[in-house]
Amino acid sequence: MAEFIATIEHVIKGPAWGCQMCGQCVLHSTGMTCPMTCPKTLRNGPCGGVREDGNCEVKPEMQCVWNKAYGRSEDWPLPQSWKDEFNHLRPPVDNRLKGGSSWKNFFSKRDRWTPAGWGRTTDDQEGGH
Amino acid sequence: MSTLERKLTQTNDIVFTAEFPAIDGNGMDKAKKNAERMRGWFDGVNATDNTAAHAHASNVASAIAMKQLGLEPIMQIVCRDKNRLAQQADIVGAAMFGIENFCALTGDDVTAGDEAEARRVFDLDGPQLIRLMSTLKRGEYMSGRALDPAPHMFIGAVENPAAPPLDYRVLRAAKKYAAGAKFLQLQICYHQDRLEKFCAGIAGSGLGGKLAIIPTVVLVKGARPLHFMHNKVPGIDVPADQIARVEKSADPSEEAYQQTLEFAQHALAQPAVRGLHITDFRHDETLERLMTDLGRVRQPISTEALLTN
Repeated sequence: MAEFIATIEHVIKGPAWGCQMCGQCVLHSTGMTCPMTCPKTLRNGPCGGVREDGNCEVKPEMQCVWNKAYGRSEDWPLPQSWKDEFNHLRPPVDNRLKGGSSWKNFFSKRDRWTPAGWGRTTDDQEGGH
Repeated sequence: MSTLERKLTQTNDIVFTAEFPAIDGNGMDKAKKNAERMRGWFDGVNATDNTAAHAHASNVASAIAMKQLGLEPIMQIVCRDKNRLAQQADIVGAAMFGIENFCALTGDDVTAGDEAEARRVFDLDGPQLIRLMSTLKRGEYMSGRALDPAPHMFIGAVENPAAPPLDYRVLRAAKKYAAGAKFLQLQICYHQDRLEKFCAGIAGSGLGGKLAIIPTVVLVKGARPLHFMHNKVPGIDVPADQIARVEKSADPSEEAYQQTLEFAQHALAQPAVRGLHITDFRHDETLERLMTDLGRVRQPISTEALLTN
């Protein structure tokens, strides 16, 4: 059953978004642009190598995935809650989930798991030494 | 506490940083020569991590060598070559030798280097690496396993104020601050308007005084390196009039120096800016000249300090 769901997901999201089946989909928060199609698979915004014309450092013929994502997040009529998530820090990819269905992992909340050390480190900068 | 951290967090002093030349052959001899040239001028010197996707002596080894030679290292870590396990090992290993300043970068792609066939890793991205550093600084590995005592770390990162999407760069800097970065060394920027907008954005978002901005200027001998950066380095755009200014000058070498000095003074006048990073492609007396023109006095380093390092 899990495999069947993953196949359906791949058939739909592959052609539409270039889905790479990372199993932990964040499309809604990235301007409906898949960050796994960035050659560096960056999940937290554009690198410093974006070209003057807005294209990719690695593939000069392709628009930077994050340049596209930012434009869409600003311009597309997406829910405000999705837009608000654009600059959230997305955790590292859980490589065990690759190839599986992100829909299944979303409903089971498996895609929200993060390593303990990561989870205990907060965004509050004033702590520590 | 490192000098860089003390100056940036406890004083209003301007800091100067630079890049340690990559070491290939003739390791320690070359490192010594570099150190002699740089010692006393800088508050921190970057130990690069396979810069421009070319293999060199490692960031960890360079940082340790610099410390032994009386320089204060800022150990760069890129995401291109190693996964999160190896990145943690490098940080904890460097901490064994008293390395405190760390700087997280995404890193150039492998295709920018001379081994384009290599596998690119990017297990983490830049902001995730900053957060990983914050986790180690708190005394835990990513897994939650204790790291006791916690290493003393001063965490920074980089940002490019001049690359699209321009409107997003301040938000990206804010994300890096939230993840744990206390300073940002900026990519070389030949568009003064973009640097002004970025710095005003940092100050306007309440990060001035919390996130030290350190723009970069480059010492070049003439127009050729300007063409090179413009054409070959993704993320750096050098406006045609800036290139022409040097190229058409009667004395390109002097004009290039004056251009760098102007960019340096302009950068230091921006809000949220706490220092300057100097990239030296000239390797001549203009490094000393620039530092002096910017009001820096070379700090004497005692032999005793060197020995205890």
